[in-house]
Amino acid sequence: MDIGWFVVLSAFIFCIGAAGVLTRRNPLVVLLCLELMLNAGNLALVAFARMHGNQAGQVFALIVMVVAACEVVIGLGIIVAMYRNRLPIDVDEMSELRG
Amino acid sequence: MSATTYGWLILAFPLAGLLVISFGWRVLPGRTPGWIASGAIGLSFLSSIGAAIKLDDRPEDARALVDTAYTYAATGNFRVNLAILVDPLAIFMCLVVSGVSFLIHVYSVAYMSGDRGFARFFAYMNFFVFSMLLLVLASNFVLLIVGWAFVGAASYLLIAFWYRRETATAAGIKAFVINVIGDVGLVIAAFLILDKTGSLDYLTVFAKAGEVFPSNDGTVVAICLLLLVGAFAKSAQLPLHTWLPDAMEGPTPVSALIHAATMVTAGVYPIARTHVLFELAPTAQDVSAILGTATLVFAASVAVVVTDLKRVIAYSTMSQIGYMVLGVSVGAYGAGMFHLMTHAFFKSLLFMCAGSVIAAMAGNQDLDRMGGFRKAMPFTFVTFLIGALALSGFPLTSGFFSKDEVLAFTINRGGGYLALAVLGYLAAAVTAFYAFRLVFRVFYGEPVEEARELQSGGMAHHAPANPMTGESEDTDVGFPGPEHHVAERALPMRVAMAPLALLSVVAGALSIPGVTDAVENFLDPSFADSRFHNTMPSDGAQLLDLVVGGLMSIAGITLAYHLYVRRPGTARVIQERFAGLHRFLVNKWYFDELYDLLIVRPLAMAGSFGQRVVETDFVQGTIVGGATGVVRVGTSMARAVQTGYLRAYALLLLTGVLGLVLYFLISSS
Amino acid sequence: MWFEQFLFFVTAIGALGGALGVVMLRNPFYSVLALVVHLLALAVLFLLLRAEFLAAAQVVVYASAVMVLYVFVVAYIGGADEPLRPEGGPLATFGPLFAAALAIELSIAVLGTGLEAVDTRGADIGPDFGAPGQIGALLLRRFLVPFEGASFLLLMAAVGAVVLARRRRGLEA
Repeated sequence: MDIGWFVVLSAFIFCIGAAGVLTRRNPLVVLLCLELMLNAGNLALVAFARMHGNQAGQVFALIVMVVAACEVVIGLGIIVAMYRNRLPIDVDEMSELRG
Repeated sequence: MSATTYGWLILAFPLAGLLVISFGWRVLPGRTPGWIASGAIGLSFLSSIGAAIKLDDRPEDARALVDTAYTYAATGNFRVNLAILVDPLAIFMCLVVSGVSFLIHVYSVAYMSGDRGFARFFAYMNFFVFSMLLLVLASNFVLLIVGWAFVGAASYLLIAFWYRRETATAAGIKAFVINVIGDVGLVIAAFLILDKTGSLDYLTVFAKAGEVFPSNDGTVVAICLLLLVGAFAKSAQLPLHTWLPDAMEGPTPVSALIHAATMVTAGVYPIARTHVLFELAPTAQDVSAILGTATLVFAASVAVVVTDLKRVIAYSTMSQIGYMVLGVSVGAYGAGMFHLMTHAFFKSLLFMCAGSVIAAMAGNQDLDRMGGFRKAMPFTFVTFLIGALALSGFPLTSGFFSKDEVLAFTINRGGGYLALAVLGYLAAAVTAFYAFRLVFRVFYGEPVEEARELQSGGMAHHAPANPMTGESEDTDVGFPGPEHHVAERALPMRVAMAPLALLSVVAGALSIPGVTDAVENFLDPSFADSRFHNTMPSDGAQLLDLVVGGLMSIAGITLAYHLYVRRPGTARVIQERFAGLHRFLVNKWYFDELYDLLIVRPLAMAGSFGQRVVETDFVQGTIVGGATGVVRVGTSMARAVQTGYLRAYALLLLTGVLGLVLYFLISSS
Repeated sequence: MWFEQFLFFVTAIGALGGALGVVMLRNPFYSVLALVVHLLALAVLFLLLRAEFLAAAQVVVYASAVMVLYVFVVAYIGGADEPLRPEGGPLATFGPLFAAALAIELSIAVLGTGLEAVDTRGADIGPDFGAPGQIGALLLRRFLVPFEGASFLLLMAAVGAVVLARRRRGLEA
């Protein structure tokens, strides 16, 4: 397979994830869409690693996975805290940082 | 010690007195500040004598000594020095100022005792004398202006001495504002002088003036007119005279010092000092002579009707300074200065006597309520009489010789000056009239209640009140003290008044035409470069003028005697007959109202316009409000972006990415 | 070769489907499941790209551990069904629009680029290309600092999670 296919696929997945972040109101789902975007990035990295024959891309992708895991942990922690404090689980309601 | 060392000492003693009293007043007991101040001025007077003697030792043409202590500023060719000029004119003024000031200080020690601001008074008085001496001894225009400004400040401080009296503070402000107008004139004149001659030092300027200014050149006339503005503001001549009557709000010693002997003569001094410039601008000299005469006549006319004792004497001062101004404007410098000296003697004497009378009246100054003090206050009566005689120019008093010398010179100039001289003589008669109006009204007639109290050994006491408005006061700091001192009962006052009385009588001997010309000769070196140097009227003419003057004064005295002693009540009848004229004169020819209309109201309106429209509406509203408004609108527009919605932010992020990718796409194709 | 292409397309469709499922399914639990499918598809794609270790890591870490976390939270919170059309107003229309625009841009970028290597299968690589040994060697030699940084990050995340989710009351013990 040409590498180009993989990269285009990664672009599509990224954009689907972006659309999801913009449209969904449940913060949980927003995080899931965020995962989508990260994974799309991973795919692109691995594809380019294959293209150049350089494993650095794979290592990079591994680290991205670690970071994604951490971010998921914190995000879910926030959602749990929101639930605990009886706040509505809706990103549109969380607008206290408005200027 | 050289003359210039004495010159510095003349300045140093009052300054030292000021500092000692200012810093040590808490620890100095009782009347000590008064004695310290008097001592300082006394030492200054002795230094003046020393300087005069040293100056006399030198040859005639080497009597202008400059001594520099310190250079303020030096750029290129231009230097401004802290330097004094010791020459006959300056020393003459120093002698008069320090001598009369010394006697007034001694008088004040008794007069002001009991006042809670005693030490402050003497600190201010010493400051004033220091400033006056600085003004007189300055050797360049910068120091002149410094001394000028200090004198103005000191006069404000002293006029508004009883600062809790609103009338006093208003008077102080009025005096200060008019003085500042004079300051402006003086400073602009100094600028012009610097511009044209490149220096501000007297001797340099006077030496170069002849080359730089053609006769009656526009610039030199402008300079002289501006100097006149300054001089007239200080000397209370028309049109800047309105502050002097109000300045009588100050304590009587202040009136004696400032408004008789020193500050008001600080206007005559610069005209004499810069005579070189004035002689190059005959137009300015003519203006000065005319205004001087106008003031003469104006002040004499008002003094005839005013009923406040101190104010009559104030108008008389204004009038006599008109004589001095006339004198130095027609080239009679020696005569003008001589009249300055004699006037200092008899005028401060008159004020001192007035102080004594006012004390007897427990603070009241109204002429209508006084009468018959002759038996109750014999010493005051005699000294007042002597002063009045000198003021009137009664034959053989000092005023006789000095005033008529001025008028003799005026006649000698001929031409239009004859008219001025005639007015001068008429005004002399009027002067005699109002001087004796005072004598007869205060000391003759039925003794009033206060006089009777005094005769029986007590002294009248009223509740303390403002003599002008009648508002009641207390006697704490800021108001006059509770005690009143009459000359008969206070030795220092008599000690001060006696020498002045003596001098008022005998000082004439210094300048009897044809016999002695001591003053003229002493001052000669200072005026050696004057065009009028040797144009003295002949002895015959002078004697004739003396006779005319004497007749005028006797005429005035006789008229006063008729009106007030022989047929009392005549004055009232005349007043009713000429009610309109009387009102015009009593309101001082409506000058105050005129100035209020022309100057004060427009300025006030401009000020309130400035405050309302420019400051509030324009600056605060438009500029400041506008700037803040723009910022506010801008920021609220910027704030609108921060909606707080996560998704909106994400959208913005995405839009940014979009833009970026687009850019790279386009730039790489 | 045909097998590879066939596998690629199948997996690609699976990945896209999973992605669309995440975005469009209403029940958050279903979204989680859709993501799992997506991740597994992605693992296969990694295998196609000769990143074996990464594929294994993807399955073990991502598709199981992280997703289990998600499942726990969904269970705790109780995912409620979202309405079909969110009342986001302009955001609801602009979001997909912009995303589509981005997709088109990126596609143009990839396909229109003159890079020759994108059109090939990639460089020649040895048999050990994606093997754990190689990755491990790289991690411990060249990328030691990022490796340590990542572990530190994990520590911070763990602490952060504990702090965020603890109970406020009854902590005096």
